[in-house]
Amino acid sequence: MIIGDRKPLAEILDMVKHAQKILVLGCRGCVTVCSTGGEREVEILASLLRLSFKKQGKEVVVNEGSLVRQCDREFIEEIDKWEGMYDVILSTACGVGVNFIANLRPDTPVYPAINTTFYGGSPEQGVWTEQCAGCGDCVLHLTGGLCPVARCAKNLMNGPCGGSVDGHCEINPEVECIWQLIYERMGRINQQEDMKNIAPIRDWRSAGHGGPRKKVREDLTL
Amino acid sequence: MDFIPNIQIFCCHYTSQQAVARGREGLLQDGMPAGVTINRLSCGGRLQVTTLLKAFEDGADGVIACACPPDKCHNVDGSKKAAKRAAAARKALEELGVEPERLAMHNLERGFHPEFVEAAQAMHNRIMGLGLSPFKGEDK
Repeated sequence: MIIGDRKPLAEILDMVKHAQKILVLGCRGCVTVCSTGGEREVEILASLLRLSFKKQGKEVVVNEGSLVRQCDREFIEEIDKWEGMYDVILSTACGVGVNFIANLRPDTPVYPAINTTFYGGSPEQGVWTEQCAGCGDCVLHLTGGLCPVARCAKNLMNGPCGGSVDGHCEINPEVECIWQLIYERMGRINQQEDMKNIAPIRDWRSAGHGGPRKKVREDLTL
Repeated sequence: MDFIPNIQIFCCHYTSQQAVARGREGLLQDGMPAGVTINRLSCGGRLQVTTLLKAFEDGADGVIACACPPDKCHNVDGSKKAAKRAAAARKALEELGVEPERLAMHNLERGFHPEFVEAAQAMHNRIMGLGLSPFKGEDK
């Protein structure tokens, strides 16, 4: 899922300093699962905004809402039901959601309430770790299912580097060296010999270095 | 400053049971400050960050979260959840530039104990020192 962190309140307040009516708009997709931008977090942020405006003695209306997803045109259209209840939208979705509202509501100011951080999973309650970089050219079949693009600080394709010490990365002793983990796992699944194959120089165009990416499925388009 | 602090206590069913049974008059006789309201929850685990923030929105000068001792929660980990949410709400108060000590967390045994009233008195005295809630627009 896409992981995010709420922005500092001061930064959010600066974005909406001229607003008279704010719609704090949550997303029931990824950011709900990672407890960053779902209905509960919308409720908390709206409360924080109201308290802040009360403290400043400002009369600002703060409304709350949420969409099934903010990354689909059909759900963005549901924003119409809050017509007249906002002059700015404060989205707690990931950056995709904010872009979608900006794309589809050309005259409505929309601001991000969260920093979109990474694609991750939750190994235990309240903890999320990065697992995928969305690089567009998956090599997991060569690396035992563990991603060196997302989980190696240097994105090395032929690791480990000389900074791997006792199975940990030189950038931070708490970070496991993914190439050490790949090596051990490849041994357990009897594929360690495959690691002698040198990975070629990587073409990063698929990772967004060739500009914004787009996918069209002709069998699904109308 | 002459005012009666509005103090909202959010308390789990078990911790508040005996206090509520004493009734308002009984509690006042025991020294409970007059501005205290007890809001009962089925368990400390039901406490949400928004419950605490909403209390300030609704005019509380001070808020107390009260649950069983962490290892004695009837529902296993409700008291631990309450403590984490109270901590998150205190952090939110700091972010808002408001004294976090306006929100206190207590873990008390079941039954009626003087500590319950003492916790309310301590908050009352603290608020008397801090003054009205800044959310009442006093610092415009």
